Amino acid sequence: MKLYPRQRHRVLQIVTKLIIPFVLLFALYVQFHGDYGPGGGFQAGVIFASAFILHGLIFGLQRTRQVLTPNVLRVLMSLGVLLYLGTGVLTMLLGGNLLDYNMLAHDPKTGQHWGIFLVELGVGITVTAVMVSLFYGFASKR
Amino acid sequence: MIADQLPAWQIVIPMLAAPLCVLVRNSTAAWVVAMVANLLTLLNAWALFVQIRAEGVIRYALGGWAAPTGIEYYVDIANASVILLVSFISSVVMVFAFHSVRKTVLTGKHYLFYSAWMLCLTGLLGICITGDAFNVFVFLEISSLSTYMLIAFGQDKRAFTASFRYLIMGSIGASFILIGIGFLYAATGTLNMVDLAQRIPDAESKRAVLVAFSFLTIGLMIKSAVFPLHGWLANAYQQAPLVVTAFLAGTATKVSLYVLLRFFFSIFGPDYSFGAMLLNVVLLPAAVAGFLLMSLVAIYQTDLRRMLAYSSVAQIGYIIAAFCIASQAGLTAGIVHIFNHALIKSALFMSVGCIIYQVGHAHSRSFDNLFSTMPFTVSAFIISGLGLIGVPLTVGFVSKFSLIGASMEKGWWLIGAMVLVSSLFAIVYIGRVVEVMLFRKSRMETPHSVGSNEAPLMMLVPLYVLVAVSIWFGISGSTTLDVAGQAARALLGGYQ
Repeated sequence: MKLYPRQRHRVLQIVTKLIIPFVLLFALYVQFHGDYGPGGGFQAGVIFASAFILHGLIFGLQRTRQVLTPNVLRVLMSLGVLLYLGTGVLTMLLGGNLLDYNMLAHDPKTGQHWGIFLVELGVGITVTAVMVSLFYGFASKR
Repeated sequence: MIADQLPAWQIVIPMLAAPLCVLVRNSTAAWVVAMVANLLTLLNAWALFVQIRAEGVIRYALGGWAAPTGIEYYVDIANASVILLVSFISSVVMVFAFHSVRKTVLTGKHYLFYSAWMLCLTGLLGICITGDAFNVFVFLEISSLSTYMLIAFGQDKRAFTASFRYLIMGSIGASFILIGIGFLYAATGTLNMVDLAQRIPDAESKRAVLVAFSFLTIGLMIKSAVFPLHGWLANAYQQAPLVVTAFLAGTATKVSLYVLLRFFFSIFGPDYSFGAMLLNVVLLPAAVAGFLLMSLVAIYQTDLRRMLAYSSVAQIGYIIAAFCIASQAGLTAGIVHIFNHALIKSALFMSVGCIIYQVGHAHSRSFDNLFSTMPFTVSAFIISGLGLIGVPLTVGFVSKFSLIGASMEKGWWLIGAMVLVSSLFAIVYIGRVVEVMLFRKSRMETPHSVGSNEAPLMMLVPLYVLVAVSIWFGISGSTTLDVAGQAARALLGGYQ
C-alpha cells in the first residue's frame, strides 16, 4: 500500500489535532491569569507559538504557512509593540508619566490591572509572532 | 504637560516609528515615517537640552514609581548633549540614506532596514538617558541586535561574516557588562545609578565590587572598540551599507564611551577608578598604542572605508587618553573630541558614500583625478579630512589643542608629543588619498565630462550640513568646549 505524504504519521497527526486546542487554551490561561498567578506575556507567547510549531513539525511547513502567513506575522509583531507603547502613550496623554497605569481607571488598583493586562497582551502577541517567524526562518533553510 | 514628558518622548518617538515602518511596508513611506520620527526626536532632544541648561538635572520616574524602586531617566548636561548629538547625526544621515539605500539595500527589505534603524536609535538614546544600570544593558541589547541586522544588509556576502563577528564580540561585551552590573547589584543591592554611587563607597572593600569593576571595564572597552579589543570594528564598518557606517561611526562607539564615562566617573567616582583601581595604568597604554598603531595601520589600507575605520579606532584612543588624565581639562577634551569626531567621521563616511554611489567601489588607488568629476564630494572629503588631522579652524584642532593642553597641565609631555606624531600619520593617510583624487592624471579617458558625475543633491546637502556644522564649531570652538566643560564638571562632581 502506497502512503501519500499526508497519510504518513497518522497517529501523530490525530494526536496533534487533539492536543493543539488545549495548548492554545493553556497559553491563553497563562496569558490572562498572569495577573494572579505565575505567567505573563512572554511565557504565554512561547506556549501559543509552540502550538503552531508542533503543527508545522507534523503537517509540514507549507500548511502552517497557509494558516499563519509570514506577512500576518510581521503585522502581529508590530501590533504587539504598538499595543505596549500605545498603553504608555495613553497614560502620558491622560496626564501621568510613561506607563503610569494609575491613570487608566478611576481607582489606582483597577488602573494597574488594566495597564498590566494591555501591556502583557502586547508582549504575548509579539512573542508569539517572533517565535513562529524564527521557526519559519530555521525550518525553511536547507 | 509636554515639557514634563520630554525624557519619555525621547525614547517613545523612535520606538513608535519602528513598528510603523514595518506596517507601511512601502519603501518611500517607511523612509518618510523614519524621517519624521527622526526630526521629532531631534526637536525633542533640543528642547530637552534647552530645558536642562535652564533648570539643571531632570529625573523622570517611569510608571510613576519613584527612583530607587522604579526605573528612572536621569538627564543632566552630559547625557542631554550626547542625546542631542545622536539625534542630530541620525537625522542628517537619514536624509542622506534615501538614495543610498535604494541603490545598495535589497529591494523589498527597505522597510525592515528603516525599522532596524529606528530600533537602533531607540537603543542608543535609551542607553544615554536612563539612570538605571540594568536598563543600560537592556537598551544596549536593543541597539546591538539592530546593529547586527543593519550591518548584515550590506551588499556583499562578507557582510554576514562581518555582522556575525560583531555579534560574537558584541555579545561577549554585553554579557561582561551584564555580569558587572550583576556583581554591583550583589554588592550594593541596588540598580539605580544615583543609589549605586552613594552605596559603592561603603562596599568598596568587597571583592564583588572589584570583580564588577573589572568586568565592566572589559565589556565597555569591547563595546567602544578601545585598541586591543577593536577587532570587530574594521570589518563591520567596511561591509555594512555606507549609510549604516556613517550612522554608527557618529553614534554607536560614542554612546559606549559615554557609558564608560558614566560608570567610571559618576558611579565609581574618579578617586576609585583612577586612584584606587589604577585604571589609567590599564587604559593609557592601550589608548596610546591605539592611536599610534591604528594611525599607522590606516596608512596601509587601500579601501577607504577600512582606512577610516582604523582611523576611528585611533580617535577613540585619543578620547580614552583624555579620559585617563581624569582632570576637568582632560575630561573636557575627551567629551569635546566625542562630538567633534562624530561630526568629522560621519561627514567622511558620507562623502565616501557619495563616491561609492557614483563610482561603485572604495579602492582609494583608483580615484584618479576624481576631483574633476565629483568636485563637491571631494571638497567635502578634504575639508573633513583636514578636520581629522587637526588643522586650525577645524573642529579637530579644537579637540587636539585641548587634549594636548590637558596632558601638559598634568605633566604628561610624552602623551602630548605622541598625539602630535599620530597627527602626522593622519596627514599621511588622508594626504595619500587626497593626492590621488586631486593630482593624479587619469590613466584612461572617462566618458564623463567635467562635473557630470556628482552625487544627487539629497546626498550632498546633508553632507554639507555636517561639514558646515564642523567648520562652525571649529571657528567658534568655545561653544562646544563650554558645554563639554559643564558636562565634565557634572561627571566629576558625581550625583547631587
